[in-house]
Amino acid sequence: MADVVTEMSPLDGRAGSGADTAVIVEHPHLSKINLRGDSGDQAFMDAVADAVGAAPPVEANTVMTAGKHSILWLSPDEWLVVTPEGKQGDMEVALAGTLEGQHVSIVDGTDARTTIRLHGADSRNVLMKGCPLDLHPRIFGPGQCAQSILAKADVLIHQLDDTPTYDIYVLYSFSRYLWDWLADAAKGFS
Amino acid sequence: MFLIDCPYCGPRQQTEFHCHGEAHIARPKDPDAISDVEWADYLFNRSNTKGVFYERWVHNHGCRRWFNLARDTVSDRILAVYRMGEKPPRVKK
Amino acid sequence: MTQKFRLAEGGRINRDHPVQFQFDGATLHGYEGDTLASALLANGVHLVGRSFKYHRPRGILSAGAEESNALVQLREGPRTEPNMRSTMVALFDGLKAESQNRWPSLSFDVWSVNNLFSRFLPAGFYYKTFMWPASFWMTYEKVIRNAAGLGKGPLGRDPDRYEHRNQWCDVLVAGGGPAGLMAALAAGRAGARVILVDEQSEMGGSLLSGTGEVDGKPAADWVAEIMDELRSMEEVTILPRTSVSGYYDYNFLTLLERVTDHLDDEPDGKTPRQRFWQVRAKQVVLATGAIERPLTFLNNDRPGVMLAGAVRTYVNRYAVLPGLKAVIFTNNDSAYDTALDLRRAGASATVVDVRKAPRGALVEAARAAGIDIMDGKAIVKVNGGKRVTGVLIRELSEDGKTVTGGSQSIGCDLVAMSGGWNPTVHLFSQSRGKLRFDESLAAFVPDKSFADERSAGACNGSMKLLDCLTEGLKAGLAAARDAGFNVRKAPTAPKVDEAEEGGIMPIWVVPSGKRLGQGGKHFIDFQNDVTAADVSLSHREGYVSVEHLKRYTTMGMGTDQGKTSNVNALAIMADLQGVSVPEAGITTFRPPWALTGFGAIAGRNVGEFMDPARLTAMHDWHVEHGAKFEDVGQWKRPWYYPKPGESMADAVNRETLAARSAVAMVDASTLGKIDIQGPDAAEFLNRIYTNAWLKLPLGSCRYGLMLHEDGMVFDDGVTTRLAENRFLMTTTTGGAANVLTWLEEWLQTEWPEMKVYCTSVTEQWATVSVSGPYARHVVGSLTDYDKLGPKDLPFMTMAEMDIAGIPARVYRISFTGELAFEVNVPRRQGLALWRAIWEAGQKYGITPYGTEAMHVLRAEKGFIIVGQETDGTVTPMDMGMDWIVSKKKGDFIGRRSFAREDTARDDRKQLVGLYTEDDPHHVLVEGQQLVAEVKPTPPMKMVGHVTSAYFSSNVGRSIALAVVEGGRERMGETLYAPRLEGGRPVKVTITDPVFFDKEGVRARG
Repeated sequence: MADVVTEMSPLDGRAGSGADTAVIVEHPHLSKINLRGDSGDQAFMDAVADAVGAAPPVEANTVMTAGKHSILWLSPDEWLVVTPEGKQGDMEVALAGTLEGQHVSIVDGTDARTTIRLHGADSRNVLMKGCPLDLHPRIFGPGQCAQSILAKADVLIHQLDDTPTYDIYVLYSFSRYLWDWLADAAKGFS
Repeated sequence: MFLIDCPYCGPRQQTEFHCHGEAHIARPKDPDAISDVEWADYLFNRSNTKGVFYERWVHNHGCRRWFNLARDTVSDRILAVYRMGEKPPRVKK
Repeated sequence: MTQKFRLAEGGRINRDHPVQFQFDGATLHGYEGDTLASALLANGVHLVGRSFKYHRPRGILSAGAEESNALVQLREGPRTEPNMRSTMVALFDGLKAESQNRWPSLSFDVWSVNNLFSRFLPAGFYYKTFMWPASFWMTYEKVIRNAAGLGKGPLGRDPDRYEHRNQWCDVLVAGGGPAGLMAALAAGRAGARVILVDEQSEMGGSLLSGTGEVDGKPAADWVAEIMDELRSMEEVTILPRTSVSGYYDYNFLTLLERVTDHLDDEPDGKTPRQRFWQVRAKQVVLATGAIERPLTFLNNDRPGVMLAGAVRTYVNRYAVLPGLKAVIFTNNDSAYDTALDLRRAGASATVVDVRKAPRGALVEAARAAGIDIMDGKAIVKVNGGKRVTGVLIRELSEDGKTVTGGSQSIGCDLVAMSGGWNPTVHLFSQSRGKLRFDESLAAFVPDKSFADERSAGACNGSMKLLDCLTEGLKAGLAAARDAGFNVRKAPTAPKVDEAEEGGIMPIWVVPSGKRLGQGGKHFIDFQNDVTAADVSLSHREGYVSVEHLKRYTTMGMGTDQGKTSNVNALAIMADLQGVSVPEAGITTFRPPWALTGFGAIAGRNVGEFMDPARLTAMHDWHVEHGAKFEDVGQWKRPWYYPKPGESMADAVNRETLAARSAVAMVDASTLGKIDIQGPDAAEFLNRIYTNAWLKLPLGSCRYGLMLHEDGMVFDDGVTTRLAENRFLMTTTTGGAANVLTWLEEWLQTEWPEMKVYCTSVTEQWATVSVSGPYARHVVGSLTDYDKLGPKDLPFMTMAEMDIAGIPARVYRISFTGELAFEVNVPRRQGLALWRAIWEAGQKYGITPYGTEAMHVLRAEKGFIIVGQETDGTVTPMDMGMDWIVSKKKGDFIGRRSFAREDTARDDRKQLVGLYTEDDPHHVLVEGQQLVAEVKPTPPMKMVGHVTSAYFSSNVGRSIALAVVEGGRERMGETLYAPRLEGGRPVKVTITDPVFFDKEGVRARG
């Protein structure tokens, strides 16, 4: 048997690349539960609120935050529940518990995507080199999220603050490509 | 490039979507009860409308929802966007 | 250091920054702020190129984007670029430019003999002469291209960086002249997100070319004030040196920003040379100005013949005198400004006006300044070769059709011509706006808008400055309002004092007293060498449509896209047809407005960023162990792992043997995986797959085929029941995304009542498949061996257990036909799992294998690959897979199509195996056609084709899979596979498609 079980991210060893005004850092193992259910069903909303501390957002492209937990809107019946590293098992159990007997889907997606945090005054300019979303502060601000395309990779973008800071969720298989793309796109802002 | 008002996410660039052809072609309830000709019609034949055309799109790089839209094939103007299951709205060119 | 024709003062050049540059090897000087064209003129250089077809000497025609003559080859080596308009090239220190279309030199050009033979090179010459025999065109074309070419493309890799930018805005203003500035100001003050774009190095447009005042101050000062305010607005983006290259659906516009083209910098790897903007604007204001029309007179292409407005721009904006003795030839008042400015700058000026007794205020001003005005007259010929030396003038008839009387000769070195102004309606047209012909301007102007767009100023046909300012203001306010902004502090239009202008006398061909084409040429399209005689010829040959005229004569098809020539050509054609200009119609303006190089279009989508490379968790291990990779969709999958000295065949033979004789491992992470949950999940699978799913026991796996409604196979995979209402479906690597879309399509559009949720988990799991007689030993050494026994984990079941201490799902499924375990762990632990299995397998000689060995192994077993054995025209029955099609469970997608006449035929192409008869080592080629009867030459009846072909070391010979008409009934029959490269067709025997372990006992062991 192997002695040590190592947990790897394809971006290990690449932390902190980018320009001064557009810094990228990986947050590799945030717990991510893919949740599906009927937001029109109060029992569903209550049960999620019991487990997470907040009901799933019904407004499109918004994020509900409760303490260390966030629920990101993905579609009218789909959300990503994001919690700190190592908590996916707890959250899965908690949701399964409160949602017992309901027609829902609770799927651990922690290892499917990594999170690249892009931070700094030029962050928006970096994204606009490859993302078709309108990220202008009048349109897209803190507490909003959107699924779209960034440099040909499917991404989920969550704006955290006005700096601006973005969490970019991307499938692991694309993460090196996207990381390198972001680092390259940040050139010229340094 | 179209600007498509996703009924769930709002206006997004066409690159986030895929078009899947003519809308409102229901799968026959009892396929065995219809003739080969009728079945082939369901499978293969699509109208090639000049003017208002109803078509299915999916926001596949966004919310992954399917929806319908009415488009004038002459002007390429999108006249209405509506959700699956909703009746096609009356639209004017 | 002499710039002989530089005025002592004035202009918007920076005299503190002299610049040195080279043209055709000669070192010349100019100033920062010059264009290449203005600097050449300052040095007295008028001859800058040879024309496309006749190689006639050509000079500088314009001062802007419409330039069709003065195209140069810019820079050297890999950064060289042909066809650059010298009027748009900003001068920088060290700039190197060369003239084009000449050999061996500009002033002595061998190909100019074309001009002597030009009578034999009329419109359509190439079509008529070189189209027979058709196969010779390739030869002709090479020679013609050499003679005619437009500069040279770079040979090396482009060292520059190009970028893209996506941008949304409320109001995009195209053009930074008086109308555009007012529009941007109005929209900007309203708080709208504004983008102001202009092609020139600074905003101001026509205001920079004149001498007038706005709001009681010099126009340039007024521009500076407006620009200061615009710059102070946070939401206003100002883009000089930027062309709107295209205007598309829903106010999607592309902009080409020349970021560092005007600098002498070497590429630094991070600053883009050009930036290609993709803008979505709520509202657009077009303020693109107007382009002056040349007059069409004999030898109007001689260097020294320029547009009158351009002459004015050179004098006022660049402080350059394009000539000392000028003749101004006009049919309208605007050229009188040129005459006045030339006179003020110290040149002599004579006006030749086709109108009898013109009476505008400008005419009077010119007369008062003592300028000689020859009215009712026309230039019938320009003298001079490489530079104008003089003109011949005769009396013009009232209708402008004939000339009378004797000719008068005037010596001159400059002819400034004005045939009136065409509003620049290109972008308006691209936006699908409709044009109308304005008789008073004798030009096309915008009529009905189609897009959310407004035209303002000269591009709208409003030639007076005050109108430009007022319209710009109104358009900016309206655009902001329609974009949702309240306009509180609306600016007012500034005051201007301008002369009342007289009317225009349209004249499309200036008669020379001879037949068209005799004694010289009346050029319409300077760049493509199209003359009035060519238009006349095409008319005689029966071309009626303007679009045909354009293609037959090539008028408007050069890099300038007919900016100066279109309307003149159409008007001449209308005249010949005896119809009005609007009746004759106008050709369609298409994007791009500006030349857009591939670098800008590609942006950073080059090299590693051209297409994302998707990597598995074990990728680095594969690289370290020398794997060669194969692209499967965007995935990089190990193809084979050659050891030193091994060929691909050696490696694949070794890998396939190991999988059957010992143990081998493959990275199977890329297979699509979809989590399917809900009370209706089993019923949903029943409808999606061809076989039955309701009774699949918990923890069991089943192979399934997915069909489209036409009954044709489009994906396959193994699905496992994880819980009563929960399944895990696997799909092909390439089909993963499509299958999920397919499932969602049915759930969302056809069966919304079904309670099923699908979630992609492809990337959640890393998968290692271990195959071979020792597979249980290897995996078992990493867990409780007994849990892997045939009783605890029988074939086609799944169990959860720790493998190497990692929580895993272990599937007893096999794509090799051997005893196999597919171990799935959370992705982050994939590499650790892989290493653990690798180490544990060492004593059994574990061998990693790639996709090639995987393909061989499955072909030995006759397992199909969707997309290889199938091609969208293949049913399960064609694949010999009737066993997987349920006859009892009821309806499923594709079932009804089995009864269609064509689908039910028993002579359809069916899956078979093939053995080569003569040489067991000969490997057929995938896609190779099969015939039953060989004929000496094609055509032969094709009865099928090879779908897979390999050398199989386990079988000891080559094997192939194929589809053959009625193949299952033809076992043992001989067919022939003709070779693409010729020679004798390969003899093959039809055989069973399972070549190894026909009973399938090994996988169940």
